[in-house]
Amino acid sequence: MLKELLNPNPANFNILVSKLSDVLVTSLEEPLGYAINWARVWSLWPVHLETACCSVEFGAASSPRYDVERFGILEAFGSLRQCDLIVVQGTVTRKMAPRLRMVYDQMPEPKYVIAMGACAITGGLYLDSYNVLPGCDGIVPVDVYVPGCPPRPETLIQGTFLLQEKIKRSKIK
Amino acid sequence: MSTLEEKIDEAKNLSMQIVKDSEEDRLMTLSVGPQHPGSGHFRFVIKIDGDYIVYVDPDPGYVHRGHEKMCEYRNFFQNIPHLERPVIHDSCNITYSYSLAIEDLIGITVPRRGQFIRAIASELNRLVYTEYWLAIYGIFLGHSTMFMWPAGDRELIIDLLERLTGHRVTHAFNIPGGVRNDMPYNFKEKCLTQVNYFEKRLKEYEHIFYNNPLLRQRTEGVGVLSKEDAIKLGVTGSVLRASGVPYDIRKVEPYDVYDEIDFNVQYMKTCDSFARAYVPYLDMIESCHIIRQLLDKIPESGDVREKLLSNVKGPPGESFKRIESGRGALSYHIVSDGTSRAYRVKMSVGSFRNLLALPFLLVGSKLGDMPPIYWSLNYWPVEADR
Amino acid sequence: MDNQIESSPGKNSIYISHDILKSLFEKYNTKIKIVYDKRNRSKIMVEPENLVETAIFLRDHYGFDHAESASGTDYPKDDKIEINYHLGSYSNQDLLPYILVLSTKINRNDPKSNSLINIFPSVEYHERETYEMLGVYFIGHPRNERFLLPEDWADIPPLRKDFRIKGR
Repeated sequence: MLKELLNPNPANFNILVSKLSDVLVTSLEEPLGYAINWARVWSLWPVHLETACCSVEFGAASSPRYDVERFGILEAFGSLRQCDLIVVQGTVTRKMAPRLRMVYDQMPEPKYVIAMGACAITGGLYLDSYNVLPGCDGIVPVDVYVPGCPPRPETLIQGTFLLQEKIKRSKIK
Repeated sequence: MSTLEEKIDEAKNLSMQIVKDSEEDRLMTLSVGPQHPGSGHFRFVIKIDGDYIVYVDPDPGYVHRGHEKMCEYRNFFQNIPHLERPVIHDSCNITYSYSLAIEDLIGITVPRRGQFIRAIASELNRLVYTEYWLAIYGIFLGHSTMFMWPAGDRELIIDLLERLTGHRVTHAFNIPGGVRNDMPYNFKEKCLTQVNYFEKRLKEYEHIFYNNPLLRQRTEGVGVLSKEDAIKLGVTGSVLRASGVPYDIRKVEPYDVYDEIDFNVQYMKTCDSFARAYVPYLDMIESCHIIRQLLDKIPESGDVREKLLSNVKGPPGESFKRIESGRGALSYHIVSDGTSRAYRVKMSVGSFRNLLALPFLLVGSKLGDMPPIYWSLNYWPVEADR
Repeated sequence: MDNQIESSPGKNSIYISHDILKSLFEKYNTKIKIVYDKRNRSKIMVEPENLVETAIFLRDHYGFDHAESASGTDYPKDDKIEINYHLGSYSNQDLLPYILVLSTKINRNDPKSNSLINIFPSVEYHERETYEMLGVYFIGHPRNERFLLPEDWADIPPLRKDFRIKGR
């Protein structure tokens, strides 16, 4: 068979190239995918968008005691074109909703969403208010839900671990 | 030759005309919006001419959740959890004012030990709020140490509050009638050691932050609000005290046990942003003295709460009570019509009143001076929207 | 006219409040009604036409210089909306703890009132919020516009009693 393949015949040459590329892709996909996922997991940069009162506990998570920067979550105070994580902190009101969607659309792929607090999951304490949306599911696709009112900083860190597990299992396109 | 001169004159006239027509085009409109590392959950539209700000239009309401309307559908006790959410880390002060107003309406008095515990919780919350405010001031100025040190130091006080009430923030501790539960058995000694250590840490802030030449250069002489303007605009809290008016509700109209405590009202006469950044720091040191006196004078035992029915009916009438919170005067105007639900609850918060000074101060200043002026007004956007 | 005065050991503001209320009565006689007079708090009710005059008198003679809060209450049964201004003073040392509530009742079907912005500049944002929450138009206020509600709000003003929130 090898003798046939090495024959400079156009049909056989195509078969040789396709078999080589298959071998290349299957051998490199796993370690390359692993490397890319490893890089994404340990450098999630959140956008600086505070939606409501849970932002105080997010600020406390960046404080020296519950240091969230050791997991790579650094609040990049630049533009939002460099970020890949958006944390919806708290109640989403009807006035803030279009802006949230605009910010989500402007971020480059791949992007992840964490819904933090009871108000971001289902509307929470403010379900019957006239200006509050019942959860942010209708606006942005959520990856991880972190319950609590407000959730403790350790709960938020556990939420990011769940997100990291999810990213590690995803395939690279 | 003459035609050439004529042509030059004509060209000069034309170019002057073009410059005049495009005077309006020189202004640039910026929207400092809700997604901005320098604005919080608040938006304001500014028009700038080169480097100077010409027009400011604030646009609050991104966190407007309708607290006043929700109060009309719940009875007096059910209002406490959602009324403390405007400022979640200073929650003992908002519910303090509400409880005082309800007690004034119904006509009961809180037992003495309960009054002392309320005052201790209120002062501890004032410390926690001011530390977070200093931390965010550091972010706005780009000084990351000024974010890390206060954010780390406030965890000491949050530990104490967690011991007392059960939660880090949003304590739901003050209820109409007193406080929810008594202090744990060795809280007094623990509180004293933590507050003493905290005060030693506060003394270091003066060297590192307030004597820093960069901070001084950015905030001294910037955003001057004179005494007459401050009174006319009706600002309150530390902004008023930094403009030379020594007005503190704990001294002017003492509520609960504040008439037995001896403390000074801190104020400064230079009316710029540096004074507005320094007065809350002096207030924090005073709070430490107040906490020590309160722990000294608290009675050894007693009730902490006057029990009321959970759907108590309020007699027809009105009441208006105010306290001094971290941002300024916080007052409640409650109208009741004889049922167990309030007819109308109106909160007047310090942030909303201080917002009026923002367009007044920003017009005419440079764009780079915007973060120091804006955050020094002690404005918390979630509270102003209610 | 009903005054219930609580007795309290000699605080200065009690005498001042008697002073203020007496002089108001002397000047305006029957056009003013005292609703209550407690320690450090009193409330007077005037007709909508006399609101500006009374405010100017309070500012010039007694030194009230700012409003602690300004809002309204909806009474659909009497067909009236009541507007309250809580006035305080920073400059007059005798009146520091004292708050005077200046209130007036206007018609609910055509709610218009004179704005006090030229007398007390601190009511600007409070009146704008009352416009959007209760629908009261303030004559003389430069911007009667939407402030806190979203831009696409198409319903009746939220704090009116016939606006029911969903599910209740």
